[in-house]
Formats: sequence, C-alpha cells, structure tokens
Amino acid sequence: MDAFFHQVIAGLATGGIYASLALALVMIYQATHLINFAQGEMAMFATYIAWTLVEAGMPYWAAFFLTVAFAFVFGVVIERIVIRPVENAPVLAVVVVFIALLVILNSVTGWIYTYTIKTFPSPFPAEPIFGKYLTSHQGGAIAVTLVVLLLLFAFFRYTPLGLAMRAAAQNPESSRLVGIRVGWMLALGWGLASAIGAVAGVMVAPIVYLDPNMMGGVLLYAFAAALVGGVDSPGGAVFGGFLVGVLENVLGAFVIGNELKLAVALVLIIGVLVVRPSGFFGKVLVTRV
Amino acid sequence: MSRRQLIVLAAVLALACVLPFLVSNYRTFQFNLVIIYAIALLGLNILTGYNGQISLGHGAFYAMGAYCTAILMDKFGVPYWATLPVAGAVCLLFGFLFGLPALRLEGLYLALATFALGVSLPQLLKYHQLENWTGGVQGIVIAKPEAPAFFGSLGLRLNPDQWLYFFTLAVAIVMFVLAWNLLRGRVGRALVAIRDQHVAAEAMGINSAMVKSLTFGVSAMYTGIAGSLGAIAVQFVAPDSFNIFLSIVFLVGIVVGGLASISGAIYGALFIQFVPNVADEISKAAPWAIFGVFLIGFVYLMPMGVAGALRMAVARLGRKRQNT
Repeated sequence: MDAFFHQVIAGLATGGIYASLALALVMIYQATHLINFAQGEMAMFATYIAWTLVEAGMPYWAAFFLTVAFAFVFGVVIERIVIRPVENAPVLAVVVVFIALLVILNSVTGWIYTYTIKTFPSPFPAEPIFGKYLTSHQGGAIAVTLVVLLLLFAFFRYTPLGLAMRAAAQNPESSRLVGIRVGWMLALGWGLASAIGAVAGVMVAPIVYLDPNMMGGVLLYAFAAALVGGVDSPGGAVFGGFLVGVLENVLGAFVIGNELKLAVALVLIIGVLVVRPSGFFGKVLVTRV
Repeated sequence: MSRRQLIVLAAVLALACVLPFLVSNYRTFQFNLVIIYAIALLGLNILTGYNGQISLGHGAFYAMGAYCTAILMDKFGVPYWATLPVAGAVCLLFGFLFGLPALRLEGLYLALATFALGVSLPQLLKYHQLENWTGGVQGIVIAKPEAPAFFGSLGLRLNPDQWLYFFTLAVAIVMFVLAWNLLRGRVGRALVAIRDQHVAAEAMGINSAMVKSLTFGVSAMYTGIAGSLGAIAVQFVAPDSFNIFLSIVFLVGIVVGGLASISGAIYGALFIQFVPNVADEISKAAPWAIFGVFLIGFVYLMPMGVAGALRMAVARLGRKRQNT
C-alpha cells in the first residue's frame, strides 16, 4: 500500500508537468482548432536557453523568468512568421508545417548544444521537505504548476486582455467588429502557450535530463492528457494531466512494467478518440452537413 | 498514357536496368534503397495524397514489414522472397484494423493517433516478453541472399548487391503497375472524391467507411512490403531504426515528391536518400534542419511538390510550342 501511495504521489508530480504542456496545447487548440505538434520541441528549446543562462552564472529564478519571457516572444514570433501564411490552408499543410517546426527545432538544438545528455539543476533543496513520499523537486513542480494555473485563470477571468483573447478565440468575426485585433490575440495566445510550455520544460528537465529528444514522451502524455480532459477544455486538460501522470506511474510500476509506459499514452489516445472524442469535459461537436 | 509519357517511362526503365553495371556496389545499394523508399512513399501517398487521411506513423508499418521478414528468415528459415507476401498480408490486416477506429478520426485527430503509434512503436519492439521473437534492443541480423545459380548459367554474373537491386526493381514495377491501375479507375476516383467532398461521395453511393479502412490497409501493405525489402537489403532490423523520425522522413518524401502523384514517389525517394548524404558533411544535425526548411518551403511555394512543378513546366512548354 505504501508503494502504491508513493507511485500515486510521484504520478501527481509528473502529472503536473503533463498538465502544463496539455494546457499549452489546449490554448492553441481553442484559438485556432489546431494541435501543435511542435509544442514539445518549443519547450525543449526554451529549456536549453534556461540551461545556458544558469551555466553562465545567472541565479536560477532570474534565468527562469528570463526564459519564460524569451519563450513568450519566441511563440509570438513563430505565430507571426511561420503559422500566419498557412492560417487558412488545408489541415495537411498545417500539420506539415508543425512537423517541420518540430524537426528544425530539434536539429538546430542538436547542432548548437550537441546530443550529449546534460543534467539540469533543480531550484528546490535536495532533502525532502514534504515528508517521506515526495522529493522536494516533485513538490516544487506541483506547486509551480498550481501557481501557473492560478495566474492563467486570473488572467483570463479578470483582465480586459484575457477577456479579449477569449472573445477572439470564440467568435473572431464579432470580436473584430468591437475592435479587437484578432490576429494579434492569436499571436499572444501562441506566446502564452509557448511560455507555459517553457515552464513545463524547465520543471521536467531535472527528472528526464536535458537532451534534444527529451520532450518526445512528455508530448505524447500531454496529448493524451489534453484528449482525456477534452481538447477544448483548459480545466479538463489539467485534470487529464494529473490523471495521465498517475495512470502512467501506477500502471508502469504494478501492471505492465516500465518498458511499455508509452503504450499507455497510445492506448489512451486511441481509446478516447474512438469511445469519446470530446473527452471528459469537452464540448460534443455537432457538424451540420 | 500519351506517346511522350511512354517514351520517358521506357527511358527511365532502361536507365534503371543498366545503372548497377555503371556504378559501384555501394551506390547500387543506395539506389536499391531509393526504390524501396519509393514503394513506401507510394503507399503513404495513396493514403495521404489521394485519400486525404494524414498518417504521421507509417514508419510503424515499415517496421512491421521489416520485422515480419526478419523473424520469418531468422526463426523459421523461410527464403527471403517468400517473406514478402506474408509481410504484405500482415501489414494489410493491421493497417485495416488500425483504419477501422481511425474512421471516426478526421484530419488532425488521425494525425495525432498515428503520431502516437509512431512514437511508441520502438518501445513495443523492445518489450522483453517479445524478445524471443524480436531480439529486443539488439534486433535481428539476417543473411544476405545470393543471386540464383540460374543467372550464372546464362553467363550473367551478378554480385549480391546487383541481384538484390534487380529483385527490388522487379517488385517495385509490379507494385507501381498495381497502384497505377488502382488509382486511375473507379477506386481512384472514389478515393479522391472522399478526400475532397466526403458527403457528396457518400451520396454518390461510395461506401466511405469501407473504402477508407481498405485504403489504410493497402497503404500499410505497400509500406510493409517496402519495409520487408528494406530489411533484406540492410540485413539488420533493430527497434531504434524505426523511431518517429522514420515516419517523418516518409512525410518529407511525399511532400517534396508531390502529393497525389505516382511519379512523385520516385522524386521523393531520391530526395530522402541523397540529400542527407550531402548534408551529413556539414553536421550531424544538418539533414534534419534541411528537411524542415524544405517542408516549410514546399508547403508555401510548391504545394504540389516536384511532380506538380514538372507537370506545370511541361504544360507551359507545350503551350509555348503551340503559340509559335
């Protein structure tokens, strides 16, 4: 029972990271109805920036916030330059552009930083401060995830800019009529998603270590999390993230073994898409033919 | 086919036949891989180009074909040529079964599901319960087939590389003729109709569900046979050579070669085989950076790929000649 409890808590910690990345996916999905396959690599790239800053001697939290700011600008720039031209293109074209972004970021990072695995520092003390079940990095990661969630909730609920962004995502035509610059709201959405992704990357790097392919598995779990929760529901994505994290750890430890952990994500993704494509909290889509 | 097309086709075939006698063994091996990739790309193009179902995980079917061949040759002593139909049938079945739930998934979601398949496949191949069959992380080494003695008695001495090249070429010709027949007729029109207007296609009496799953199966079969030929050519299969990047290579191939085009498979195959060779000299990461840039470039500037650009160039030349 003790071991089981331990796995659940560890699952919640990684689940928080999946939840962040899933949230980033959902934000872009809500605004554009696209799933960003390059989200993981964008986060990975930002994590490398953080690593460079920390290596250069910058204090951890200064590097952290600078990285998040960088990721925000990076996301905005990518939306403006790369995604803009294919905004109204067929799905295939958009997917191809996302995949292109994925491989470019992956290879450029490999080019600059080489493919050797690097360790990444954790800002939290090494000795456990949350009792015996939780390392302090796990506890810290959960806390950071929750803070990010709260900030996002407040931003979208209580600020005019957040309201404008929600409006632009929900009803672009009417928003344009009341003077919201929809194109820029999309770009800001990309920036925010990229920044959230960067937080996830920095939090997961001490666990999976830093290398250009580190986000492959994490992205898959984030996909699963977003789908389980409902791909258009931010709250659902967070719930899905924690659920997938716990499932992955518990099933990996007790049922199928660590070797098949990724298959959990595969089965979840296909299962949800086939049985209930709208997830737990998503809107059921009805298309008029 | 017009007369000009027939002449071009005959010239290409003649070139393909004399090629192994003109270049080194290593080049012959590379051209062998080009033909293998062309078959795989044709399979993906049937699905994505003609039928509009996006697959980011076709490397999985390539791996399935490769492993079928390797296991049959290594564990059961089946001759290499007899493994092709088995690999094809297995992939047809798995493709069809994967296509059934995929029916409910449109566009983006199918891309997501197949992406998940592509990412998680190496782990499945490494699974220790299957190690007796798959060889786990080590993979399987298989023997290189020799040219049959029959050719030697005709006075034609083929080394193993040349023999494999011609074997692959023969299989490829059969596969391309089959695909051409399939795509130019009723079935091909049904595929395109479902891609462009699935509601109208159904109203015309096309069983959309059946056609889509079958297309998935046929597409997987093509890629699986390519994988099986690839295993014979490389004489080695291992889980890590079938990661998600293999599936992305195929995507690069059909986008560069030309979507919904049979000849595009050949241009795409040449591209994915030879561009990394050149780019490797710059840096280990360079091929992928170049692939990525080409992907974006083609989507923006040349959405019909090399095949489409050639078609347009030929049409323009033809018009000019008529005007003068």
